[in-house]
Amino acid sequence: MSANSATVGTSDINDDIDTATRLAIFRKMTEARLLEKRAYDLFLQNLVKGTSHLGIGQEAIAAAFGAAMKPDDYTFCTYRGHNHTLARGVPMAGILGELMGRECGLLRGKGGSMHLTSVEHGVMGSYAIIGAHLPIAAGAAWSAQYRGTKQVAVCFFGDGTTNIGAFHEALNMAVVMKLPVIFVCENNLYMEYTPIASVTAVTHPAADRAGAYGLPSIIVDGNDGDEMYRAATKAIELARAGGGPSLIEAKTYRHGGHSRADPASYRPKEEVQKWLALDPLPRYRRRLLEHGVSESALAAIEANVKQQVEEATIAAKASPSPSPDLITRDVWADGGSSWRN
Amino acid sequence: MAELTYRAAVAAGIAQEMERDTNVVFLGEDVAGAGGVFKATVGLLERFGPKRVIDTPISEQAILGAAMGAAMTGLKPIAEIMFSDFLAVCWDIVANEIAKARHMTDGQMTIPLVIRTANGGGSRFGAQHSQSLENWAMAVPGLKVVAPSSPADVKGLLAAAVRDPDPVIFFEHKSLYATKGEVPEGEHIERLGEAKVLREGKDVTLLALAAMVPRAVSAAEVLQETHGISATVVDVRSLVPLDTKTILREVNKTGRLVTVEENPRLCGWGAEIASIVAEESFHELGAPILRITTPHIPLAAADKLEDLMIPSVERIVDSVRKSLE
Repeated sequence: MSANSATVGTSDINDDIDTATRLAIFRKMTEARLLEKRAYDLFLQNLVKGTSHLGIGQEAIAAAFGAAMKPDDYTFCTYRGHNHTLARGVPMAGILGELMGRECGLLRGKGGSMHLTSVEHGVMGSYAIIGAHLPIAAGAAWSAQYRGTKQVAVCFFGDGTTNIGAFHEALNMAVVMKLPVIFVCENNLYMEYTPIASVTAVTHPAADRAGAYGLPSIIVDGNDGDEMYRAATKAIELARAGGGPSLIEAKTYRHGGHSRADPASYRPKEEVQKWLALDPLPRYRRRLLEHGVSESALAAIEANVKQQVEEATIAAKASPSPSPDLITRDVWADGGSSWRN
Repeated sequence: MAELTYRAAVAAGIAQEMERDTNVVFLGEDVAGAGGVFKATVGLLERFGPKRVIDTPISEQAILGAAMGAAMTGLKPIAEIMFSDFLAVCWDIVANEIAKARHMTDGQMTIPLVIRTANGGGSRFGAQHSQSLENWAMAVPGLKVVAPSSPADVKGLLAAAVRDPDPVIFFEHKSLYATKGEVPEGEHIERLGEAKVLREGKDVTLLALAAMVPRAVSAAEVLQETHGISATVVDVRSLVPLDTKTILREVNKTGRLVTVEENPRLCGWGAEIASIVAEESFHELGAPILRITTPHIPLAAADKLEDLMIPSVERIVDSVRKSLE
């Protein structure tokens, strides 16, 4: 192992994850990183309006789950959901277009950055009210259980969510009903602007609560693509086999602020430096090289993703604003919005 | 026809739909083993089993969240919120999630679910178990809102709500559970968004909802017999969609509109209807619109006090009579 092995991760070099899977995870992480950077550039150009919450630094979690899930499994995201949406194979232009309020957006501009959804890819919504989607994910899992489809639901959320009631209601109900749902807490150490440790009764906001619901305490290095993939696979297999829910706490770090309005100056420099050294993307790149993947193969993926981002950007910029008649469309299942005769 | 209580009609309506469609599932607090705290769901567990009739923890957000997640993935859940007052603890799921999912996702999601809830006063339960909250739901785009007044409508409108592809909040009135009425034998389904003219008169049109309907009918009888005033009574039944055609037609016939509302005064459902009538039928009106409501005060528990607050037959009669003087 290299001298900086402590920051490279502890995975056994002769392990269970095949190279194709690792390359898929690497590609998803690269896609997420480059697309989020592009989203940030588009803010600065005032082409993305409103707010947006970037997931730069947290890509390994979404990417590993994206690689571990089957196409008909369900993803539930938060408002910081670009990575998770992308990781299910949703086209980049649909994401950028939605951020920019364009016709080509996933929701044709009706949802915005915080509500990315693509039902055809299993992305069952991005939820912007903390905690709301945990019981909703449990409901999708209940439906899968009832219909006997062997689908699982994966619900991603932040550390701040562990202090809201819906988290606890959903955990309890999911365990009682033995639902095929995986709750994934991305602990990036801050609930918005406030250190999670300063407002939480326990050290590990999710894992220390697991025991209250009869679940094992699972803490994973969320910046290690392999460790995340192993945890994802294990929890998904358990859920699919009828073994019920899991709660995973993935330790990670936001490279930027909570939202575009936040420069994140409240975070100590040393802490930021420590976590930047643990950046999941270069770590995983090194891992793949250690596993014998060639530099040129990785560079080719990176070049290809860059090209994808460029093409998506061009497509989104070229896409018109949504048609005004969309406003009154689809309040109801009949396609309309009428509340009277 | 068979005579059923309002509460038995609830179970009959749910059973009819569960029998018809195995994707219909039912969940809530105390709904299965206990048959509901109002005994409105007795027998469903025995008939359809614990996979489809589910006792939940006291977790309203989990109940409605689960119903929403199930609805967006192919099931047709009926979720019970025991008292409508408890909607306040899960209003995020109702107003921010369920109501908005379809429009916000550009039609990608369909949320075919029914939230049944016991609404309204008269049971001496005090301010947190007696409210009439249908106007909360009416104020949120994306929710359909129904409040039946008779056993036949309970069964027929509940069936319509289950079959409707959109989310429906179904307000049952707890003081009506023991009332009886004829319900058609066999499959019975009504249409959402249709008001029902219960009585035709010449002098004034009373619009009422849920428990205010039988009171408005009784008041109309007294007005006719004692005061020679002939009143039309319309059961609004559905606030969203709203049958403005029937409402405007029946108001135009008499030129006088009186709403009888159990909700507190401000922004009650009658205010919206009054505004529609004022905008669209002003020149047909022969007198100012009158709204009879519960005052804008939390409900008291003591019987004598609660009775002074919710519109009574006597208050309806007096108010209508004075407005015609």
